[in-house]
Amino acid sequence: MNQIKTKPPLARAEANRATPTLLPTDHLEEVRAWGGVTSSLSYVYRPITAEALHEVLLLARRSGRSVGLRGGGNSYGDAAMNTENIVVDIRRMNRILDWNPETGRIRLEPGVTLAELWQYVLEDGWWPPVATGTSFTTMGGSAAMNVHGKNAYKAGPIGDHIIEFDLMLASGETITCSREANSDVFHAAIGGFGMLGIFTSLTMQMKRIYSGLLDVETCARANLDEMFTYFDENTGRSDYVVGWIDSLAGGKALGQGDVHRANYLPPGEDPTPAQTLRLENQHLGPNLFGVVPRSIIWVFMQPMMSDVGVRFVNFGKHMLGSVSGVKRYRQPHVQFHFLLDYVPEFKRAYGPGGLIQYQPFIPKETAGDAFRDILSLCQRRGLPNYLTVLKRHKPDDFLMTYAVDGFSLAMDFRVTSANRQRLTWLTRELDEIVLAAGGRFYFAKDSTLRPEVARAYLGDETIARFHELKHRCDPDGLLQTDLWRRVFPQS
Amino acid sequence: MSENNPPINRPLETQRRAIVVGASSGLGAALARRLAARGYRVAAVARREAELAALRDSAGPGLICPYVHDVTETEQVPLLFDQITRDLGGLDLIIYAAAVQPPVKLNEYDFAKDEAMIRTNLLGAIAWLNQAAARFERARAGQIVGISSIAGDRGRVGSPVYNAGKAGLDTYLEALRNRLSRHGVTVTTIKPGFIDTELLKNAARTFWVVSPDEAAALTLAAVDRRRQLAYVPPRWRLVSLAVRVMPSFVFRRLSF
Repeated sequence: MNQIKTKPPLARAEANRATPTLLPTDHLEEVRAWGGVTSSLSYVYRPITAEALHEVLLLARRSGRSVGLRGGGNSYGDAAMNTENIVVDIRRMNRILDWNPETGRIRLEPGVTLAELWQYVLEDGWWPPVATGTSFTTMGGSAAMNVHGKNAYKAGPIGDHIIEFDLMLASGETITCSREANSDVFHAAIGGFGMLGIFTSLTMQMKRIYSGLLDVETCARANLDEMFTYFDENTGRSDYVVGWIDSLAGGKALGQGDVHRANYLPPGEDPTPAQTLRLENQHLGPNLFGVVPRSIIWVFMQPMMSDVGVRFVNFGKHMLGSVSGVKRYRQPHVQFHFLLDYVPEFKRAYGPGGLIQYQPFIPKETAGDAFRDILSLCQRRGLPNYLTVLKRHKPDDFLMTYAVDGFSLAMDFRVTSANRQRLTWLTRELDEIVLAAGGRFYFAKDSTLRPEVARAYLGDETIARFHELKHRCDPDGLLQTDLWRRVFPQS
Repeated sequence: MSENNPPINRPLETQRRAIVVGASSGLGAALARRLAARGYRVAAVARREAELAALRDSAGPGLICPYVHDVTETEQVPLLFDQITRDLGGLDLIIYAAAVQPPVKLNEYDFAKDEAMIRTNLLGAIAWLNQAAARFERARAGQIVGISSIAGDRGRVGSPVYNAGKAGLDTYLEALRNRLSRHGVTVTTIKPGFIDTELLKNAARTFWVVSPDEAAALTLAAVDRRRQLAYVPPRWRLVSLAVRVMPSFVFRRLSF
């Protein structure tokens, strides 16, 4: 063999790069966008302690790779993906560190899920102040995305209920942040989509409740104006309000749908609070109509996920709503909040192409016209969305905030290989409407945001401020995700 | 760190990615061009820098990324494979098309020549496709394509080691297929007849010659259909069958 001459080293055409350390192939895993619209391979590590987490950061430096953070993996797009680099899945860091049932203050690790949290605090008479539509989210991921619930107009995003957190920086050093200490990092790491550091513990304030049930009222609304009127009349006297819009209805019925509002029960209202607050009495129910296991409902939903199917279902729902008028009932918290968990894997009903969500946040003054334009444009382009949710919001003081004093419209679009291109064009047209109306966007839901659109709604000053904090907390750009590179590319 | 980042991915606008090893000329170059024309990001791996640069310039900007590498330097493969998958932002398809066939006289037993053939035609393939196999098994997706030859069907008087190398490649690809099909990975063996390339210069008699571009089109058609085995062009299947069933006492009297 020794007469074989050795040639100069590899890839002369591709500049000379630092030789990276190879990472073990058995850590390679497919990491998917929650909506299933894209996936890629990453080296996935699941540290259980802060020390193990620091080890992964050191490994990343040795191998010349960046680190993306992933919680429950419920972001619709690429917010928790880091193609061909390292992904740190924080779900094993899931201890409750301290709980005070007198004050409702809890200190926990970032991998604690919303389900684990409410199950832990419920029987002491507390509930998470902000609950997303799924309970599989982690608190670390929720803080990084600064998520909201159906009470956003009242409770704000989850960041408003975080008192303090420990943040591990890319160097491995940990800093404590609150509204008093390191307040600039506090206000940017919450909603900073994992770019400034890794939450290693979070201190949060829970919400006192006096019953395991909510007073729920549902009714049908004939169009978007009626929807808005309902929100105006009811947000002041309700703890939760959410609208479900039939996006296929056009003309005079544009924006028709159902609204749900709910209130906590005041003290003394529930005769048996100790019982309704028991875990056993908070369940989604194992079966649909008592017969169909929930785990396979998505199979039956699949044929409905077409223009005709959705039209049929929405029509039926609307007729039922119109006929039965206003319905009032009491419902366990879990059933009201976690609709997305009611049908496990419901995204599979959308088929192999998955789905994207497009959720603009638009000030109340312009929201009506903008939403009308958006809904009718989707219909004109032949790309109606199949699930549309209307919510009311209020502004907050976080640097990268998506919130406005106005409304958000969350729209799920089915993605197929045939409509990808048209859907891309549609979202560009929608971006124009949203920007003209002074709207904003939400990284947890995003799959399509472009750098120029982000610059337009965030403003150069905010982006420069975020880059400055990023440089201070992570000077080498160790923390990255596909979303970061897509929306904030380094020029 | 930024120079090691994968390209920007847009969730709705996905691009497929391929590696072609042995891309500087012949079938490999034609495959790289055709994949780029389909919108693939292609890593073109080959020894000759000038040919690679020309190949890069023949496609749209950023579609063909050249990597200078000699497939006999197998110890470089793990690092280079890693770099390529990062630069491409993933991998969907790998095609091993590198091969050499120096002229061998009927009474020639030159080990250096034979070793060079085995190193390029067989060991290089194993070095590259092993990397892809490990990765695709983890991904539970992907396509591996080996450019073999009808020359692997029998040992002939004219080219013992070329035949042995291609036969080894056939068996290796078959084993990969059997290992990986359960993981959703397709392994395709392409068996071309005569293609109008540098390898053909040393062939004595030729017929049914196709251009590299025609061969590339037929190869990609087989890849699209996730075929296990494809003759290029298909009529070579009959020749192959005839050659394989021919009894040894006849075959050893033939002069090709």
